[in-house]
Amino acid sequence: MSGGTRLENANPLIFQRSGERLLTATDEDDDVADPIDDREIFDLIRNINDPEHPLSLEELNVVEQVRVTVNDQENAVSVEFTPTIPHCSMATLIGLSIKVKLLRSLPDRFKIDVHITPGTHASEEAVNKQLADKERVAAALENSQLLEVVNQCLTSRTM
Amino acid sequence: MATDSSLLLGLVEEFVSGQQDTKAADTAKGVKNGQFTVLQLVEALGLSLTSSQHDTRARGVKLLSEVLQECYSCLNEREVEVLVVFYENRLKDHYVIIPHVLQGLKALTKSSALPPGSAVSILKSVFQDTHVQSLMIQERSCVYSILINLMESREQELKGLGSDFVFGFVQSMDGERDPRNLLLAFQIARNIVVHGYNLGKFTEELFEVTSCYFPIDFTPPPNDPHGIKQEDLVLSLRAVLTGTPLFAEFLIPLIIEKLDSDVKSAKVEALQTLADCGPVYGHKELSPFLSGLWASLRREVFQTASERVESAALSALSALTAALSRSVIASNADDALHTLLDLVLKDCQHHLSEPDLRLVWPSAKILQAVGGASYRACLRVESAVLPLLLEQYTRRTQSAQRRTLLEVLQGFVQPTEASIPAEGEECVFLQFGASLCAVVFSALSESGAATQITATRILTALAQHKGVLSPSDVELAVDHLTTLILQEDDPHVSAAVEECVGSLSPLHPAAFSSRMLPKLKEHIFTEPMVQGDAPDSQNAVRQRCVSALARVTSESSLLQESTHILLAALSAAHTGSGSFSVDDVISVCQSLQRIAEHAPLTDADIGRFFHDVITPRLLGLAVQAAVQDEGGRSPLAEEAVLAAVAPIISTSCSRLSTDCAAVSAARSVSLFLDGDVTFLPDNNLPPSLQLLKAPSPQVSQLVCLLTASVCSLPRSVEIPEIDRLLEALEEVGCTHTHTFTHTSAAKCYAGLINKRPSGPALDAVLQRCVKRVSAELDNSTSCLRIQALTLLLWVTKGLLLRYHPLSTTLSDKLFQLLGDRSLGAVVAEGFSLLMSDSLDVLNRGCHSDVRIMYRQRFFAENNSKLVQGFNSAPPEEKAGYLKALSHIMNNLPRQVQLTELPALLPLFLEALVCVEVCVQLSTLSCLQPILMDPPPALTNQLEALMPRLLALTTSPAMKVRIASLHCVHALSRLPDHMVLPFRTRVLKALAVPLDDKKRLVRKEAVTARGEWFLLGSPGR
Repeated sequence: MSGGTRLENANPLIFQRSGERLLTATDEDDDVADPIDDREIFDLIRNINDPEHPLSLEELNVVEQVRVTVNDQENAVSVEFTPTIPHCSMATLIGLSIKVKLLRSLPDRFKIDVHITPGTHASEEAVNKQLADKERVAAALENSQLLEVVNQCLTSRTM
Repeated sequence: MATDSSLLLGLVEEFVSGQQDTKAADTAKGVKNGQFTVLQLVEALGLSLTSSQHDTRARGVKLLSEVLQECYSCLNEREVEVLVVFYENRLKDHYVIIPHVLQGLKALTKSSALPPGSAVSILKSVFQDTHVQSLMIQERSCVYSILINLMESREQELKGLGSDFVFGFVQSMDGERDPRNLLLAFQIARNIVVHGYNLGKFTEELFEVTSCYFPIDFTPPPNDPHGIKQEDLVLSLRAVLTGTPLFAEFLIPLIIEKLDSDVKSAKVEALQTLADCGPVYGHKELSPFLSGLWASLRREVFQTASERVESAALSALSALTAALSRSVIASNADDALHTLLDLVLKDCQHHLSEPDLRLVWPSAKILQAVGGASYRACLRVESAVLPLLLEQYTRRTQSAQRRTLLEVLQGFVQPTEASIPAEGEECVFLQFGASLCAVVFSALSESGAATQITATRILTALAQHKGVLSPSDVELAVDHLTTLILQEDDPHVSAAVEECVGSLSPLHPAAFSSRMLPKLKEHIFTEPMVQGDAPDSQNAVRQRCVSALARVTSESSLLQESTHILLAALSAAHTGSGSFSVDDVISVCQSLQRIAEHAPLTDADIGRFFHDVITPRLLGLAVQAAVQDEGGRSPLAEEAVLAAVAPIISTSCSRLSTDCAAVSAARSVSLFLDGDVTFLPDNNLPPSLQLLKAPSPQVSQLVCLLTASVCSLPRSVEIPEIDRLLEALEEVGCTHTHTFTHTSAAKCYAGLINKRPSGPALDAVLQRCVKRVSAELDNSTSCLRIQALTLLLWVTKGLLLRYHPLSTTLSDKLFQLLGDRSLGAVVAEGFSLLMSDSLDVLNRGCHSDVRIMYRQRFFAENNSKLVQGFNSAPPEEKAGYLKALSHIMNNLPRQVQLTELPALLPLFLEALVCVEVCVQLSTLSCLQPILMDPPPALTNQLEALMPRLLALTTSPAMKVRIASLHCVHALSRLPDHMVLPFRTRVLKALAVPLDDKKRLVRKEAVTARGEWFLLGSPGR
């Protein structure tokens, strides 16, 4: 495609996007409390843009709803993501984007755990460790270049 | 005479030596008036024109040029000739004089008296004696204007110059950089190529000098006073480049080169230019470049990430195919169309049968683009692709793959202009008819909503091709559709099936009437099984049948058949057989309403059918249901059902021809006023009914049917006994205690008043009504005040719509009532009724007198009263004013909202802290669109606005929370410097709704907070 840098995975498989969540009558009822559920967390992260392709993480099957678990009572969220190829150098960046998106979108009572689906990446442990380390995540977001890339992943695509 | 010449000398003197620029205008006026001639002016200028001081000469020429610009039209040929020679000489003069000389020449070229030969000589001197690109912007523009003027008036003479003209132009525009001048230059170049000037050996030069700007990248400076947009430049350059086939050998390589670039806009621009070449180019121009073009285009479709590039590439491809299909081929040449089609088929066909179907979509799009370009291309593509797809479909077993193939197939069978066969030829699809049908029928009987929907669309497409579906295929298709209606409960499938039924039934009415209607009828009248496992599903089947029936109405006979079934269903419901629920009856009514809306009522037969059969049957059933004993209550006596019957009558009445309408009006009036039931079918009704005077709501609510039948008639129809009718309606409207009854009566009254011609009769009626209503409203102990208010509101609306002078008095009355303790809230709510469109009466569909912009007018007349009332009202009454204001504002067009905002902003801010939820809500919904592009008045108030919005994000009402979050989100789009100071505060405040108990609120909070996080940080 472009003459400069070659993409690592130039022609990925594209998956169908799930539609918007269907509205139910209870959603509109002011008196019923809706708990935060898996689908809601998935809706938060499925539209994150891939750093390489003009596609969302959902379309690349990097995130799936079955790999999202949430426990509203115990304030825990866990997200597994699957890099498109085992040597994907963007894995950390994708993980960081997911983490930042959740940090910005969830109440601060939640503990957020983002890690790679076991067995899908060559340097799985190292990436998981980086993502779990609060200090390193905070430090990464101080870096304006890194923040720029993360923000690009998080801007909503309206065009 | 002597005074004139001394006056002229004076003017010249003042202009040349006195440096007074205004004297030019005076001189021009003098020449125009005939006070002095141009010759005299030249004589008077004599000394200054021959002065040795070039400044003086410049002033002299300037005066002459300015005068000529005003009065070039009053020159004669001789004068023009002399002046041209003079100016041509002056071109060799000092550089300070040149600008004025060019202005003068420009004025002369506009003159119609330009002698033959001067055009050529002017051009020759301009090209010879000036170096255009070293002139200033203004003067260059002057040269271009000279060229444009001459090309307009002296085309033949310029063509005589041969290619020298082109060469001169190329030299003068070479290196032009000003966008205004470029627009002129492109216009000239476009004229040159389109009007057939001889380009000679300068074709390539002309191409080079224009194509060097391609693709144009131009961003106008901010506050550009000239208003040139990139698009103007792009289009005018494109018109030059695609203007002639002579450029083909240079342009196509350039396009291919730009397609290889990385810049998306360049690609799109190149592709659009290529598409524009289509109509001009032919076989000869295109054939040398076909393989190169195809390679680039294919790459753009297969590998692109951008839909814009893809669609531009596809339309370029189809333009090329169309060009090749059209052009005449030399007897010894190959057909380039086949060369292109061979290339396309070779590269795309095999993707359709690859096991993973990965590139099937781009390939299909390319093939469809090519096939849609011409009949010949269509023939070739379809006969190559269809067998392949059909075979693939039968071979595949996975449903996802079959669905994809079916969707691709749908694209291929979609009727296009190109697929219409030429006279005497057979349709492309004819040979595949049987196998296509087999595929469609197998897909229709498969499970899977998406597959079925696609199959119905293919069926619709096939039916449009003449002769593809054999009669037996049609029957089978109708059977399949019937089965789907009866068995499939997915709403999307049902909608698609109905769509298909709607488009097939006009083409094959016989099949529908013999095979589908009986089955649907049977299922409508089958009693739902009482002990059945799912009575709901039985009801759903009935409703699907009913709504499908509404689609089988394409033809007079089918329409009558379907409507009779529906009317029979209503009768059955009335008598109580078949256990129809209220919902069933309502859906039957909705189907009838759909039929009434879509039927060709202008057709005399159908109009008469509606008038003679449907309306009387409906009225008859409703009256019978109303007057029968309370014992077995018929569903037709329900208010909800009547509300569904009314629109049927109203729609059919509004579309009747004038004489039918008059009869219909007379019948309804005599039914309701005198109880005349003779026109109702099967009537066993008591002869003297008192429908309007009945105290029981079950009978009196029938007035809504009266509203439907008399208020929707064309304005030209005169309603008999209108005064008596109005009187009766006023009585019901003011005194009846049943809400639906008195509201319907009020609507009817207003609908009639709105159409009544103005005059003493109308004034008398209005006066009586207003008097009665006011008396009722002023008596605070009366129990009929709410009735009076409803009537007042509707009458006000009816008069407001037609700009009746009385409406001002009435709306003042309403403003006054805003302060009323018991009615204030209802009045405030009533403003929404005044300002919004009502669905059943007083709209344009009912032929009401609705003036344009009545809302703006109402607002302009009343906003100051509202603000005053608000300021002087005691605190507990302010809410009413705010509510009324928000109703009025909400219905105004955005443009008006924007201009009125500054004055009303304090009220808005006040409304945001008002305790009433509905005031908050409507203020927020009014603010939100304004915040998308806020006027300065609002941006100055952010400090006040922001805390109020943030406070509402934790309001107890969900809708308020959502709306306020919307507004906060909208604010993030303001320029950074305005909102950055609030960032921390907003982020902190929005953390709270992230944990809201409602998911919808959390969703909005997440979006809004996400945007605010991005504010001012890199990578946004």
